[in-house]
Amino acid sequence: MKIIICIKQVPDTSEVRINPETNTLIREGVPGIINPYDMHAIEAGLQIKDKAGGTVTALTMGPPQAETALREAISMGVDEGVLLTDRAFAGSDTWATAYTLAKAIEHLGADIIICGKQAIDGDTAQVGPELAEFLDIPHIAYVRNIDDIKEDRIIVQRLMDDGFDVIESSLPVLFTVVRELNIPRMPSLKGKMAAKKAAIKKLTASDINADENDLGLKGSPTQVRNIFAPEAKKDRRILEGTAEQKVEVLVNELMRLKCL
Amino acid sequence: MDYFLSEEQSMIRDLARQIAEEKIVPVRAELDETGEFPWDIMKVLAQSDLFGLFIPEEYGGLGKGCLELCLAVEELSTACLGVSTTYAANALGTYPILLFGDDDQKKKYLPDIAAGKRLVAFGLTEANAGSDAGGIQTTAKIEGNEFVLNGTKQWITNGGEAEIYTIIAITDRSKGPRGASAFVVEKGTPGFSFGKKENKMGIRASSTTELIFDNCRIPKENIIGKEGMGFIVAMKTLDNSRTGVGAQGVGVAQGAFEEAVRFAKQRIQFGHPVITFQAIQHMLADMATSIEAARALVYAVARFIDSGAKDVSKESAISKLYATDVAMKVTTDAVQIMGGSGYMKEYPVEKMMRDAKILQIYEGTNQIQRNVIGQALIKEFAKKK
Repeated sequence: MKIIICIKQVPDTSEVRINPETNTLIREGVPGIINPYDMHAIEAGLQIKDKAGGTVTALTMGPPQAETALREAISMGVDEGVLLTDRAFAGSDTWATAYTLAKAIEHLGADIIICGKQAIDGDTAQVGPELAEFLDIPHIAYVRNIDDIKEDRIIVQRLMDDGFDVIESSLPVLFTVVRELNIPRMPSLKGKMAAKKAAIKKLTASDINADENDLGLKGSPTQVRNIFAPEAKKDRRILEGTAEQKVEVLVNELMRLKCL
Repeated sequence: MDYFLSEEQSMIRDLARQIAEEKIVPVRAELDETGEFPWDIMKVLAQSDLFGLFIPEEYGGLGKGCLELCLAVEELSTACLGVSTTYAANALGTYPILLFGDDDQKKKYLPDIAAGKRLVAFGLTEANAGSDAGGIQTTAKIEGNEFVLNGTKQWITNGGEAEIYTIIAITDRSKGPRGASAFVVEKGTPGFSFGKKENKMGIRASSTTELIFDNCRIPKENIIGKEGMGFIVAMKTLDNSRTGVGAQGVGVAQGAFEEAVRFAKQRIQFGHPVITFQAIQHMLADMATSIEAARALVYAVARFIDSGAKDVSKESAISKLYATDVAMKVTTDAVQIMGGSGYMKEYPVEKMMRDAKILQIYEGTNQIQRNVIGQALIKEFAKKK
């Protein structure tokens, strides 16, 4: 069983500050962490390996410093880290990111690909499903439990608004995971020592036979025009009282404002 | 202060700190309230390889020494002494096998201990044998290929939860100090049961029970070392483990100190945070000074032990004595700085103060430590004229 976990290094949001003039994130000096949802993906991969055998590879696309995220994954028990790094990848939106990851996974080969449901910086939840489409394999988003795993199929529970679906899929498959799935393990000392020594495999655009027109800013249909913090509006009122009283005040107020 | 730890030592300290912050701090108040044994945390420690720290690599451990064990114990102790006692008592119970066990015993037990699969407990104390270990009444009589154990051990840390017990029992009372021997007894052996679980003032997450031996038969090969070496096994075990108790003292003192500083920065009286008052600053300064002195001492003694020094009784007693007295003083002062809040269970310092008291009592009271130091001084100065 070859398992690939796609991880992303994100700024530790508990440390994030916004530049008030440009309204953008101050990234300098903010520590990078593994996207918290990806920690659950790593744990899922390690548990599958514990049960069904095989290898677990952590894959990330990012600048050279993203290597620390891969080493952290290795300290938890992941066998190998692969860093996709190339100037050509810079500025990728979710589409270009998914394309690049797909080319890398075609190059590496995998039976199971696991992603966190979304990254806490962009919050799009798009890369996992898009990646499965590029690879032309089935995907299951929001997995909250792995019921069973066999040579050629997997049965999982997909979290829904009103319960969950039980889904069986053939392999290879990609799934994205939610927090309910597991509790990520702590690193081990042996893992940390291995992580310190581990050689991180680096792949560039030419290593994965990617078409440069589909990479980075050039390959990204999404163009960011402006990022701003929404203005805090001050004229707010929180209604008090029973539901009936609140409805009455609300209706009167909406009528006064000619909304009703 | 920088103690020039190696990269691996820093790694061990950081990992233990991460476990303390993420896994122990959130549950310590509940564990203290319920007295529930911290199995979930033990599993995390096992998975993180911390049980194998001081066990040789050939038996699945990491082959590290006393300093590394002290670093881990210290960090766990900043969060909860009940948890760190469980962890440290495991090492205490393992030392007899590690120091005096034969190859077969090491092969049989150490890999499971290193992996955290089976916990260990050390059984020396009895109702009439506390500071006076010579008062042991539990006996082990040889009958054919077996030893038959009879007697009751008291206040045994990890009792009932551990699966491997290293026990000191009298094999020949007529031989006096050479009449005791050490044994390995496994949980589940017929004739071996557990008495009541004690309801304690502090370290409530740790399990403390009686061990009852009623015609408990164990194979002859379960003796550790030679017959008659029981007290030597016990004393060398304590010589090696005492500094770890000192590390517990440094840890709990550090934990209480940080709580006190945090509180003193926030608490406003007379229009100012109380940390701006000299009365508070001087207390904090004394606390910081004594903690740093205790830490420096514990690390120095741990390094001395790791150097392979033969007789470490005096030094390990010095480190235990000083660091645990510091722990009692600092945790008490942390409660004082926090005043009424410090006395309430909403804050962790009252628990730390209750927990710290045991450090002055177990593994040799601090009065016994002074005896050990005193006797060593007499020996030392007898040679000098």
